[in-house]
Amino acid sequence: MKKKIRFIVITLLILFILIVGAIMLLHGKNIEVLNPKGVIAQKEMGLIITVCLLISIVVVPLFVLTIYTAYKYREENTSAKYLPEWDSDPILEIIWWAIPASIILVLSIIVWHTSYTLNYYRPINSKVTPVTIQVVSLDWKWLFIYPKERIASVNFIEIPKNTPIDFDLTSDSVMNAFWVPNLAGQIMTMPGMITQLHILAYDDGIYHGLSSNISGAGFAGMRFAVQVSSSKNFNRWVKSTQKSGNILTMQSYKQLEKPSSYNPKKLYSLKDDSLFNSIVMKYLIPSTEKIFMLSDSKG
Amino acid sequence: MSILGKLSINAFPHDVITLGGAIMMIVAILIGIFYVTYTKRWHWLWSEWITTTDHKKIGVMYIFVSIVMGLRGFADVLLMRVQQATSVGSSHGILSANHFQQIFSAHGVIMIFFVAMGFLFGIINLVLPLQIGSRDVAFPFLNATSFWLFSAGMVLMNASLIIGNFTYAGWLSYPPLSELKYSPGVGVDYWIWSLQVAGLGSLLSGINFLVTIIKLRCKGMTLMRMPLFTWSVFGTMVLVILAFPILTVTLALLYLDRTVGTHFFTASGGGNMMMYVNLIWSWGHPEVYILVLPSFGIFSEVVSVFSRKRLFGYRSMVWAIWAIVVLSFIVWLHHFFTMGAGSNVNAFFGMMTMIIAVPTGVKIFNWLFTMFGGRIKFNASMIYFLGFIFLFTLGGVAGVMMAVPAIDYQLHNSLFLVAHFHTMIVSGVLFGDFIGIMYWFPKIFGFKLIDFYGRVAAYLWIIGFIVAFGPLYILGFMGATRRLDHYPAYTGWQSLFIVAGIGVGIIAIALVFQFLQLIISYIKKNENFDTTGDPWDGRTLEWSTSSPPPHFNYAILPEVESRDAFWEEKQRTDKNVQDKKYEDIPVVKNTPLAMYIGAMACIFGFCAVWHIWWLLALSLLTIIVLIMIRTTDEETEYVIPASEVAEIDKKVQWKV
Amino acid sequence: MESVNTQIQQVPKYDKTDDTIVFGFWVYLMTDCVLFAALFAVYAVLHNNTFGGPDGAQIFSPSYVLVETIALLTSSFTCGIGLISAYNMQKNRVIGWFSVTFLLGLSFVVMEVAEFSHLIHSGDSFKRSAFLSSYFTLVGTHGLHVTVGLIGMLILIIRIYTKGLTKASVRRLTLLSLFWHFLDIIWIFIFTIVYMLGFS
Repeated sequence: MKKKIRFIVITLLILFILIVGAIMLLHGKNIEVLNPKGVIAQKEMGLIITVCLLISIVVVPLFVLTIYTAYKYREENTSAKYLPEWDSDPILEIIWWAIPASIILVLSIIVWHTSYTLNYYRPINSKVTPVTIQVVSLDWKWLFIYPKERIASVNFIEIPKNTPIDFDLTSDSVMNAFWVPNLAGQIMTMPGMITQLHILAYDDGIYHGLSSNISGAGFAGMRFAVQVSSSKNFNRWVKSTQKSGNILTMQSYKQLEKPSSYNPKKLYSLKDDSLFNSIVMKYLIPSTEKIFMLSDSKG
Repeated sequence: MSILGKLSINAFPHDVITLGGAIMMIVAILIGIFYVTYTKRWHWLWSEWITTTDHKKIGVMYIFVSIVMGLRGFADVLLMRVQQATSVGSSHGILSANHFQQIFSAHGVIMIFFVAMGFLFGIINLVLPLQIGSRDVAFPFLNATSFWLFSAGMVLMNASLIIGNFTYAGWLSYPPLSELKYSPGVGVDYWIWSLQVAGLGSLLSGINFLVTIIKLRCKGMTLMRMPLFTWSVFGTMVLVILAFPILTVTLALLYLDRTVGTHFFTASGGGNMMMYVNLIWSWGHPEVYILVLPSFGIFSEVVSVFSRKRLFGYRSMVWAIWAIVVLSFIVWLHHFFTMGAGSNVNAFFGMMTMIIAVPTGVKIFNWLFTMFGGRIKFNASMIYFLGFIFLFTLGGVAGVMMAVPAIDYQLHNSLFLVAHFHTMIVSGVLFGDFIGIMYWFPKIFGFKLIDFYGRVAAYLWIIGFIVAFGPLYILGFMGATRRLDHYPAYTGWQSLFIVAGIGVGIIAIALVFQFLQLIISYIKKNENFDTTGDPWDGRTLEWSTSSPPPHFNYAILPEVESRDAFWEEKQRTDKNVQDKKYEDIPVVKNTPLAMYIGAMACIFGFCAVWHIWWLLALSLLTIIVLIMIRTTDEETEYVIPASEVAEIDKKVQWKV
Repeated sequence: MESVNTQIQQVPKYDKTDDTIVFGFWVYLMTDCVLFAALFAVYAVLHNNTFGGPDGAQIFSPSYVLVETIALLTSSFTCGIGLISAYNMQKNRVIGWFSVTFLLGLSFVVMEVAEFSHLIHSGDSFKRSAFLSSYFTLVGTHGLHVTVGLIGMLILIIRIYTKGLTKASVRRLTLLSLFWHFLDIIWIFIFTIVYMLGFS
């Protein structure tokens, strides 16, 4: 009976590994975190590999030792030495306090270093002038504003290749998180606050972005496409968007702001330069009528 | 406002699945009532269980509630897996987004608060007083009250299925999504009050067990002679005491925001939503260790007993527990590295998080060397334990990865994270609870569980778990975030979601085997009676009394002179048999007051959810009166005279 | 607090359960301490977020708060004397001193309620800004604790009056006075952090 169970267990595990392996081969390019197309994502992937290797210094011996111990000291094996009173060994214990601790020490240095170099707020060094994009998460779509280019878009961004992109992010509803796995890690967006993200993409293509923080009914539909293209194509796209019939002002923004989900890509020409600013500020100062009422009641 | 507050006929479910769930729940309750009536057990139920103040029975009731709740939590899992396997491209699956979100929120709340916490307090109740050689906990009535508050929270949580709805903002319901503006329904209020009531129960338990451990240890049991399980419960209770008040405050402030219009966490009005996230995680992270530490204690006991060897590195183990206790309070920020805190802050919390891996690793090595040089009996418990070592270590690797802020940016809130914490909680907490229940089952019920079904269940659990969560690790790398009710076809996620669904199917079969184990062991209990009180050749005091123990646990309180006291006692050859001197034993009387307090707390919570203020005031007043009745009652105890103790003890001896 | 513990041992028929109960109560007070710590932290985060509304200096009245403080601190003193009388089994003194304590505590609560209602009626309610939300909640939670203490005190006084000083009632007085002194300490923190720093 025992052997039968063992056989079933091993067959099932091998079958499972085969299935998962097949799926991974079929979807290789879909494993976005491990297929970076931007400098930040690339560094983050390198970090993942480094950390995995470092930890395996402890984990691999642990696993080998576990299998060895479990097999050798099984009840049936009476030839193994039985040491019922052996309950401490200072040297061994020092080893397994010290070795993990020293690996953690190395890792800590990595943590410290990368917390600075991969910080969201750290601009990317480049000779090319960066493009600024202001991001607003709404119920349940993303609004992207290009203040310099005077255009805006919903659920779509186009960015030039090898150019640093500076994102300023906020929210005009609940918390969300902006994530394009191919390009960089996620950052939260919050109403009344501005967070930042800096990326640089080095490969043409269309990448997928999404929200990673639950924000209500339409949350799953908060997907957007990121088109990375040459700066020539980017400029052409900007020009054509500026001429597009859709105009974004505070007034049309009020329409856009209303909850809607699974919104298709839409492009605007921007007519209100202070739009992003007023979206942030509306949470930070009391509305004028309220101040009036209060000063009135205080007489 | 009407006399019933916000409550109206619209609160009852409309859609098919909720209705089905509600009807199933009501039918289950009716069957239960019918069964009890049919077998004429109301009196038995009332006098033996509902009014009891005996820690062993309270422990059994905790575990019973947890098992029932576990089934509900698992039903949520099935729905989620079906939804995520089918809702792709043009299909939107079987659930609406809103409904799906309620389900994963409910799943998280149920599994953490009403399954993991329930198992934990259940096992602690069963074992701890026995293990320290005490006749009961420090405050038996308070203990019963804790249980009924826990149950009241559970009832409130389940009431949301029938009347109203549950939160759809996740198990920690971050504002502003959980603020009135974005969640105008009663869902978040149900969430707040079920946690508030159950959390109060946990807090009172925390006080109770801390005092029990400090004050009620038997003669000779110095701190450094305490069994490891007791040590880990000690650490856990310190965490409970320091962490749960923060939860109480946080939930109360959110409720004030929603109900009276304060501005703690609102986007406007000067509120600070990031403060909520900080507060809830400064409870939430210690909570993780509250769940896992007692399991570590269980592993320590079981590995030592089934390897027939002393626990290796006792001192290291104790220090590791306290290192974890302290560190668990200074790592909470790692739950939101992506909020954009400064580099220094992120780096500090990242480093602290990784440091926790050291004491945890030390514990694993110590267990390994407890096995080393032993005679390991590979029963179901040890299979779970080996599964735990592998899964927990792999989950720990994932944890250390995410402790690096720059890596967390890529993996946070992805399914990689979901897979990580499920690995930690299922292998670390749930497997520990399973082991604990199998291990102490004969002590409480007097017969052993049949190991065969346990072994099959253990294998199936481990395989099922790998098949269910392996794909989720990969999906995280594929950019799949958590809580998605739908995704486009081009992502290529569907095949992995289907594999994960198969894994859940395997776990379902494992659950079937676990129930078979309970049922068949009960039917064949005559073959597995534990007549010695010591079925495993145990090491700690609880095995020195009979199975099941008398109400007062020990006819004569034990005295200990070393660690593994009972083992040492058994090894001694010069057993000096003395005449037993029995004494009168005071025992706390049964009382229904604790249950009444729980019922009133449930009504209180319900009224707070629906804004039925008059009834809320009335229930609060009733609670005050009930407490007054209890505190002014001078005759809460009765005394079992020494002669009767001697008689009971002799009966037990005779059985042996 | 050491003195309280040593005094307990003078109680007639001292037994171990009393010790356990008092220790349990200490642990409970610790949880309450964490609760207040969380509220203080919330206040510390939000106290500048006046959102166009008044700040502390504009709404707090130093003399008023000073009277409140004196009332509460004095009540702590009378409570202590009452407890000593309880250990000496002087029933009438116990009732007397605890009645004084009760009245002082009651006047504290009344003053606080009056202050709150004044603020609410002048438009500076807890809805006005995050600062006011946190102020009302922190001070109000303390006030609620004092009220609970007062209810307990009233019940105890009545019981001692009707049934006399028993072992159990002396123990309850011990717990009550622990609670009362604890609230005093919390109030000193509120006075310093909320009011004194608010004035400046």
